[in-house]
Amino acid sequence: MSKYLPLWPDQASTMAGQVDALYIYLLLVSGVMTLLIYLAVVVLAIRYRRMPGRDAEQIHGSTILEIGWSVIPFGVMLTFFIWGALIYFKERTPPTDATEVYVVAKQWMWKIEHMEGQREINELHVPVGQNVKLVMTSQDVIHSFFIPAFRIKQDVLPGRYTTLWFKATQAGTYHLFCAEYCGTSHSGMIGNIVVMEPQDYAQWMAGGPAAPLADTGKQLFTALGCSTCHRLDTQGRGPNLQGAYNKPVLLEDGRTVVADENYVRESILNPTAKIVSGFKPVMPTFQGLVTEEQLNALVAYVKSLNQPPAGAAGAQNQPAAPPTGQPQKMQVQ
Amino acid sequence: MASAAIPAHPATERTNYLTNGFSVKSWLLTTDHKRIAVLYLISITLFFFLGGFFAMLIRLELLTPASDLMHTDTYNKAFTMHGMIMVFFFLIPVVPATLGNFLVPLMIGAKDLAFPRINLLSWYLYVLGGILITHCMLTGGVDTGWTFYTPFSTAFTNTKIIEAGLAAFVAGFSSIFTGLNFIVTIHRMRAPGLTWNRLPLFIWANYATSLIMILGTPVVAITIVLVAVERLFHLGIFDPRLGGDPLLFQHLFWFYSHPAVYIMILPSMGIISELITAFSRKRVFGYNFVALSSVAIAVIGFLVWAHHMFVAGISLYAAMVFSFLTFFVGVPSAIKVFNWTATLYRGSISYATPMLYAFGFIGLFTIGGLTGLFLATLGIDVHVTDTYFVVAHFHYVMVGGVLMGFLGGLHFWWPKISGRLYPEGWAKLSALFVFVGFNLTFFPQFILGYLGMPRRYADYSHMPEFQVLNVLSTAGSSVLAVGYLLPMIYFVWSLRYGPLADANPWAAAGLEWKTASPPPTFNFDETPVVTWEAYNYDEIELKEQKEVAVG
Repeated sequence: MSKYLPLWPDQASTMAGQVDALYIYLLLVSGVMTLLIYLAVVVLAIRYRRMPGRDAEQIHGSTILEIGWSVIPFGVMLTFFIWGALIYFKERTPPTDATEVYVVAKQWMWKIEHMEGQREINELHVPVGQNVKLVMTSQDVIHSFFIPAFRIKQDVLPGRYTTLWFKATQAGTYHLFCAEYCGTSHSGMIGNIVVMEPQDYAQWMAGGPAAPLADTGKQLFTALGCSTCHRLDTQGRGPNLQGAYNKPVLLEDGRTVVADENYVRESILNPTAKIVSGFKPVMPTFQGLVTEEQLNALVAYVKSLNQPPAGAAGAQNQPAAPPTGQPQKMQVQ
Repeated sequence: MASAAIPAHPATERTNYLTNGFSVKSWLLTTDHKRIAVLYLISITLFFFLGGFFAMLIRLELLTPASDLMHTDTYNKAFTMHGMIMVFFFLIPVVPATLGNFLVPLMIGAKDLAFPRINLLSWYLYVLGGILITHCMLTGGVDTGWTFYTPFSTAFTNTKIIEAGLAAFVAGFSSIFTGLNFIVTIHRMRAPGLTWNRLPLFIWANYATSLIMILGTPVVAITIVLVAVERLFHLGIFDPRLGGDPLLFQHLFWFYSHPAVYIMILPSMGIISELITAFSRKRVFGYNFVALSSVAIAVIGFLVWAHHMFVAGISLYAAMVFSFLTFFVGVPSAIKVFNWTATLYRGSISYATPMLYAFGFIGLFTIGGLTGLFLATLGIDVHVTDTYFVVAHFHYVMVGGVLMGFLGGLHFWWPKISGRLYPEGWAKLSALFVFVGFNLTFFPQFILGYLGMPRRYADYSHMPEFQVLNVLSTAGSSVLAVGYLLPMIYFVWSLRYGPLADANPWAAAGLEWKTASPPPTFNFDETPVVTWEAYNYDEIELKEQKEVAVG
């Protein structure tokens, strides 16, 4: 149910709970207000409906009531203001111990650069429990760096830095959106915030998991459900990938392309772009659901399907030590 | 061919403003405020349905996550056109230029507005602006959103910024002239005895609106010129590469465009005051407070613009000041809602269609207003700004408020405008469609917004979890569309087949009901002398509908 009709966003930063608490307070207060007004209107409209022989009674007003329903709501609003301002103050004052990450926005991508030299595009890896400060600027127009699960947002302007800070609390993958309209592919200027346990993060920083990429890919291939359609026979709803890599493919629209890395990558991220002849565009996109690393792993696995001739058991080819580093958690919102 | 000229010979059958000349020229060169109101009504309705067409395109695209109905560029142009047409060519002029134009002189016992020719000129400017925006749309359109944020609009888009800006610029002068006309008329042309504290609240609302029109609109006109100058001559004003400041644009833009929200809502609030009193047969509760709250909204409305910019990069303390000031504007709005509700107390309430719209207005504006407080609250705004939460909020105010008020008013004064009664059953049905369709369309967007769905996204295929709520919203929009098409049909139908209306079919107070329906060209045979306060329903009940000036 909640996968199709989510009613509340993930809480994955120290700020999220605080913003939600204030939001719930506002919901309650305004819910009560709305209810009172609706109740008053409905009750009065029914109680004093027009009836023969009953005239309206003229009432001019009441200064006491007027003052009452001006001052009391304003007092309540002041609590909104103060609580909201306190949160905003925290959001806008980065802790001094925060790790810095540089963000450069451009139409239509996010370029991330870690202090350690790691570079990413449309993806930001951060560890749980560490203060992270983003120092952001834009190469062209105004963008806005928005992480709903963290409840934070900051416009990214050309010609100056703006900053944003957070402390992630929950490992997982979360949406990154551009929230300021920026032209043609504004809705494509999205990405993932990948929050990792500190040890995973350290490992990621050190260059990724130690396990052979193709093995990770194979596990993912099953975990993501790819194998249910891309079967190793001709009965699947998707093409059999065995030996498909780097071979020419006839497409539904008559073109022929070579199934190289970019093709495999595109087929995972944008499956309807190039449909193989004889198949239906039924595959869902995995953009946002798989990380760059996972994507690389999947591509590596597809490549590996070219190696063993049909008879040999591919699985036994590489018994391999059990992967020492846990593959990062894949949490889909 | 009716011989033109002023009637020197007494006509045997009374002519009214509609029958006083049938030629095209008699309409296009009229200086009668009532005819100009009708011209406005026709042209604004056209633009409403054009804007609605783009709304439907948007909702259909968002029915599915992928950008599959149109290219994202087309989608971007569609929501820009939707916004521009609805804001500049519907919401801002809709009530003042139609009902206001028709009623301001009638309600204050005047023959016409102070400057009838300027009034006609303002309609022509509106039409010229409308032609420009239509031409712009047909020859490629514009893709910046109605907000024209720089430097995207000045340096990064190659769509028709200049022409779209010119359209808004020209239409802006149309509303400046209307505002000027209203202010002078209300100051100088009130009937004897009609003092300020006897004025109908609709007049107060239009007066406050006019103040914003003449003080705010020039600022957006200047801003448009600056955008054009930077775009055409590369003079660095907003683009940082040329040494400009992109936030300067936002300040200038919202300095007008936030008060513009009150240009839209205030006249509708005025209508609601008229409806609630007429259908409760009561004086309004707290006349002075309702009247002055309009002026308070107009004044405070000028001091809150930067609440659109809490995440834009303004300073921490500026944001706090603007958040604080924004809460002030909540007070006069709340006063209005409370007073309308209190007016119902011990009334004699009828559920005629206009009153249903008034109830609808209170219901939707309450939600629109309260969610405005969420956005004024800094900690919440950071999360929900530029998401569907904002979209839902302002549609509750703009569509739930302005449009409900306008439709209520149009039903209420339709007998006066057309001389015919509309079919009550159909009208109630369409009011129901509007209310249900509206809520189904926009309530899910509050949830979408808090979940984080950004506005102006053509494609959400990476966020399929947003689909169910979007489907609900699209479904609601089709119900809403039916609710808007129905009045269009039965109003036109009633022009020919509706029963004839007498001077005061609602037995309502107000000078406009003391003249014939439709009124004669110069409104009143004798200048009325006012000796009563507004909404003197007690006196009306006693006198049993004293007929005035229908001889």
